[in-house]
Formats: sequence, structure tokens, C-alpha cells
Amino acid sequence: MIESITFESTEQRIFQLFTENIALLNEGAGTLLRNDREEAMKAFQRMGIPSRKVENYKYTDLTKLFALENYNRAFRSTSFDFDMQEVFTCDVPEFDTHILFHVNGWYFDQNRTDQFPEGTIIKSMKSAWLENSELIEKYYGKIADSTTDPLVALNSAFAQDGVFIYIPDHVVIEKPIQIINLLRSEEDLYVTQRNLVVLGNNSQTKLMFCDHTLAIHSFVANYLTEVQLGEDAVADIYGIQNQHNGTAYLNGIFVRQERNSQLITNTISLHGGITRNHLQVDLQGEHANASLYGLSLTDKDQHSDIFTSIIHGQPGCHSNQIFKNVLDDNSTGAFTGRIHVMPGAKKTEAYQRNNSVLMTKAAKMNTKPQLVIDNDDVKCSHGATVGQVNEEALFYLQTRGINEKEARLMLMFAFAHEVLANIGVEPLRQSIDRLVNKRLRGEVSRCHDCKLTEGRSLEVPRL
Amino acid sequence: MLIIKDLHANVEGKEILRGINLTINAGEVHAIMGPNGSGKSTLANVLAGNTNYEVTKGEVTFFGKNLLEMSADVRAKEGLFLSFQYPVEIPGVSMINFLKTAVNESRKYHQLKELSAGDFLKVMREKKEMVQIDSQLTNRSVNEGFSGGEKKKNEIFQMAMLEPKLAILDETDSGLDIDALRIVANGVNLLKRPENATIVVTHYQRLLDYIVPDFVHVLYKGQIVKSAGKELVLELEEKGYDWIKKELGE
Repeated sequence: MIESITFESTEQRIFQLFTENIALLNEGAGTLLRNDREEAMKAFQRMGIPSRKVENYKYTDLTKLFALENYNRAFRSTSFDFDMQEVFTCDVPEFDTHILFHVNGWYFDQNRTDQFPEGTIIKSMKSAWLENSELIEKYYGKIADSTTDPLVALNSAFAQDGVFIYIPDHVVIEKPIQIINLLRSEEDLYVTQRNLVVLGNNSQTKLMFCDHTLAIHSFVANYLTEVQLGEDAVADIYGIQNQHNGTAYLNGIFVRQERNSQLITNTISLHGGITRNHLQVDLQGEHANASLYGLSLTDKDQHSDIFTSIIHGQPGCHSNQIFKNVLDDNSTGAFTGRIHVMPGAKKTEAYQRNNSVLMTKAAKMNTKPQLVIDNDDVKCSHGATVGQVNEEALFYLQTRGINEKEARLMLMFAFAHEVLANIGVEPLRQSIDRLVNKRLRGEVSRCHDCKLTEGRSLEVPRL
Repeated sequence: MLIIKDLHANVEGKEILRGINLTINAGEVHAIMGPNGSGKSTLANVLAGNTNYEVTKGEVTFFGKNLLEMSADVRAKEGLFLSFQYPVEIPGVSMINFLKTAVNESRKYHQLKELSAGDFLKVMREKKEMVQIDSQLTNRSVNEGFSGGEKKKNEIFQMAMLEPKLAILDETDSGLDIDALRIVANGVNLLKRPENATIVVTHYQRLLDYIVPDFVHVLYKGQIVKSAGKELVLELEEKGYDWIKKELGE
């Protein structure tokens, strides 16, 4: 018998979901995860869904989103009876990667992981919780703090699966690891995905997250990836989001860096309804280096929010951030860039820049640098511009016979290019260049390089 | 080719051009000289289609067509070229992509087949040699980080690529040392054809030692107050613009 229940609050509804499904959530989960989940739920109940009055969530109205969603939850993995890697191929030319799939937050059970160097562990979080408890215990929930951030707490409370990547000391994974996150459902769906990436000392890898929707239904995706970089480790993390307008994408990447480690992140938001990328980098070892780049292209009623937090905890660390937004139609964007230089973190260098171009009068951008500097031996800078296309450059191009529309596109593309130029994998950079170009022309609403074999049930809707 | 009749134009509400009359025929080189603030650059910009300048009166025809009705890109495609006094730096737009787009847009306009990548590069190589531009410059973003001389050479290189019927050189000599000046002038002379025309807008006579004009006009307070042959350049050099002012009774 189905009863219709009205809840006093969204938080209460979520808590009820949690308690009613606790057996499902804990199916096959170890004690560690069970305990962590309970603690996270308590923290979530204490904090609640953040309203716009909460400083860190000022520019994205999550109370509205969560009040409206009452979607089905993907408490169990979706099973497929065919080889995903035959069905879904990423046709970026000469782009040779190790591909790992997730469907609705669940690690795809036929992912191939046999070509990695010895000692490397790549598996589902679900199995890692049971089989690699020592590593998990050391890092899981230690980089992203459930007690201070409500979305982290919410992710931890409902975490069931994702990918676990462990790269031992001195191991270099040459080919990028491409993690393709697919959302596919026959009804509106709320998805949780939790990943943990641990790089040992002096190890290297490149990770690329591709986020897609393969159904017309609405989705809320609450993803969280914790990354540990050992001493001298090098990681490039690319994120390419290409989802439909009915998707709310709440993504967190939380990184902890040891001495001399190097991080590059590149967050490319091509398409999505409500997007919030939360990037936190904790520079915990001397001379660690973090470069964060991002490009958001929005139109219609889309919203894209970038929230970065760089914590300079040790001396001699270097961080650089360049984020750019191109906003068309009624779309809105936000950038909050926090840099915290701790006492004792001498010789810190921290730079930050956010440049936005508004294509229409209705588009809106909020940009807010937040520098907290508890130390006087530092070099810090921040800059933000919100403007229109450079009219002088536009006229110059026109006097060479290039029509206004084409000239504007060239300038927009040039604006975006500064971010794209930092993509270190050449075929990937070229492919993203092409995608951005098409996106700016309004020709594409999804990644054309990803092809699905026809006749299968996995159909990409045309939106 | 170009007929300007009683052209008046404003910038930010202030009248700068106050009745210009000028006719330019194929094969001619015209120099427009005059003291600072006389309206030389305004005239160049108005002809090129800069919408910051408002034409309030007069007409301009280019090969019989109403030039003032055309957008800047159409004017370019019809064969008008402006070499900028201050060429704009455009980071992120590569020289090659920019020129290829410009050349092919024009070809499409004239219903010609677009150049293939190979043909385009071949043409570019030839023109680069002709105007003696450093081959590395075309691998960079448009004007980005170019020296003053490189920017001006780049203007002439673009002119060589686009093969205009009428080229307007706005203070092309400013900021050039004597060697760069010679190279730029040489490029202009090499591009000269019996069916083309050139307007050299300049403050000084220096450039006109290299690009010899058929006609010289003095622009003062938004009007052409004196027109003569090339001998006027020497006279101006000797007597200065005050001589003109005196003649006008000022």
C-alpha cells in the first residue's frame, strides 16, 4: 500500500529516504563505510541543504533544487547484458586511453583493468571498501570533510560506489585514464558517486572525467572525488561536462598534495542545467604546485558555479587559477575563488583570475575573490573582469572582410583558448578545441566524438 | 573609383569632417596631409566603416555603389583596405586562421572557390617574401607582442594577401625606423597596379619620399583646403602648416 506523505522539510524527506533504505545502502558494505555514513548523515542533518545565505553556496540555490526533486534513487546498480566498450566508444582521433565506465554512479562491472602496471589498483569503490580497507581507512573521508560541507556530507551519507584508483610509488601510467560517467534512466533519477584516487610518491597519471546524459529524464548528480598526491606525484585532472539542461551537476574534487607534488585541473563545462564545481586543494607539503583552469559556456537558462578553495598550508607552494565564462541568453554564472595562506606558509605564490564575457544584457555573472592571508612573505594576486567583446578587435577583423558574426565567434574562441591551451594531451586539446568551437556556434549540444552503436537501447536524445 | 561628396561626420557628437570632396581614380596615389586633429584619421575610419563615427551628411560611392550603406566587412570584400595607425592585438586568434578566413570570405563573396590549405600556404609564402615579413610572425596571434614596426609590416602583408582595389594607409610611417619605413614603402610600391589606387594619410613628408603621390591634399579643420601635385609636399616641408593657416587668413 502506498501512502502519500508530506514532509515538513527537504532534510526530513532525505533523512527518511536514508533510514528506509539503510539496508540497501549498506548491502555489501564494511563497518568502516557504515559508520562513516551514519556520521555523515548526522552532519548533514545539522547543516541541512545550504540556502543562499550560506556563504559558500551563495550563488546556487540548492534549497529550490532539492525541494523540487523527489527523484528515484539509484540504490542498486543498473545491469547491462552487453559489452559497454563495444557499444560506447570515444572517437577522439589518436586519443588512446584506459576507459572506465560508470552508469548512474555505479562502477561498470565489465571495465577492463588488466593493462595497468603491477601494484596498481583500479576497481569499484564498493569492492575497495571491503578488500583494501587499509588504504581506504587512511584516505577516505580524510580529504573532503563531511562535518563542514553539506554536499560532502550528503555524498558520504549515500555513497555506495564509484572508482578507486591506487597508483604505487614511482609508477607512471602513460595513457590517460578516461572515466566516462553516464546517466541513463527511464525516470528522473538522483545519483551519488564517490571516487578515491591515491597517487604514491613520484607517481604520475592523467585522469579525464567525461560526464554525459543518455536519457531525456531529469538528473541530480552528486559526485565527489578525493585525490591524494604523494610526494613528487604529478596528476592532470580533466573534466568535460556535456549533459542536458535537465541535469543538476554537483561535483566536488578535493585534493591533498604532499611535498613537490604537481596538480593541473581543467574543468570544461560545455553543457548542463545547473552546474556547481567545487574544487578544493590542500597544499600540505612544501613546494607543491597546483594549477586550476576552467571554462564554462552557458546559454538559455543554464547556471554554472565554480567554487575554488586553495589552502596554502606549507611554505614555498605555488597556485595559479584561470577561470573563464562565456554567458549567452539568460544564463548565469558565478566564480568564488578562495585562497587561504596559513601562518608559516612563507614564500607562497598564489594567483587567480576570472574573466567573463556576457553576450547579452540578460546574462549575469557574479565573481568574488576571497583572499585570506595570514602571513606577510607572500605573492598573491587576483583579478576579475566581466565585459563584452572587444569592439576594437571586432572592427579590425571586419575591415579584413570577416563578417560580424564570424568575427565575434573568432574572438569568443580566442577568449576561451587561453584555458584550452593548458590541456597537456594534444589530441584531447584539439578535440576540446573543436567541441568549444562548435558549442560557440550553437551547432552542438553534446560531444560528437562519442559515438554509440546504433540499434542499441543506449540512445542519446537530441535536445 | 571613389567619389566623396560633401562628407560630414561626427565623433561623440562633435563634428570632425565638415564637407570633404575628393575623387580618386584607378592608378592614382593620393596623399592626405594636415596638422594633428585636422580629421585625417577620422576620414580613414569613416571610409572603412567604423561605426563609432557618425556620417551626418554627404555621399561616398565606390565603383558606383553607395559605400556608406555597406558594413565594414562588405567594404573590405568590395576591395577597400585600411592599414591601421594602431593595429589591434588579438590574443588567441592565430595569424593563419585569421588570414585564411579573411581571404576565403572574400573569395566566397566573389563566388570564387575557397583556397585549399595547401594553396593558401603557398600564396602566403609568396606574399611574405614580397613584403619581407619575418616568417615567424605568421605563426603567432594577430599582432600579439609585435613591435611597432612588425605591426605595420603585418598591415602591408595583410594588404598583399587581400589585394584591395583601394588601400588607405593611416599614418603607416608613425613609429617606424628608416629601415622599416623603406620595407613598408617598398611593399606598397610592389603592390601598386594600374587598376588600383592608394590613399596615404600622413603627418610628415618622410613616407612620401618613398611612396610618391600624384596628388597631395591638405586637410585642415575637417575640410580639404589645398590640393596640388607632389611639389606641395616639399613646400609644406619647407614652410610648415602655418603657411596654410596664414593663407586661410588665420
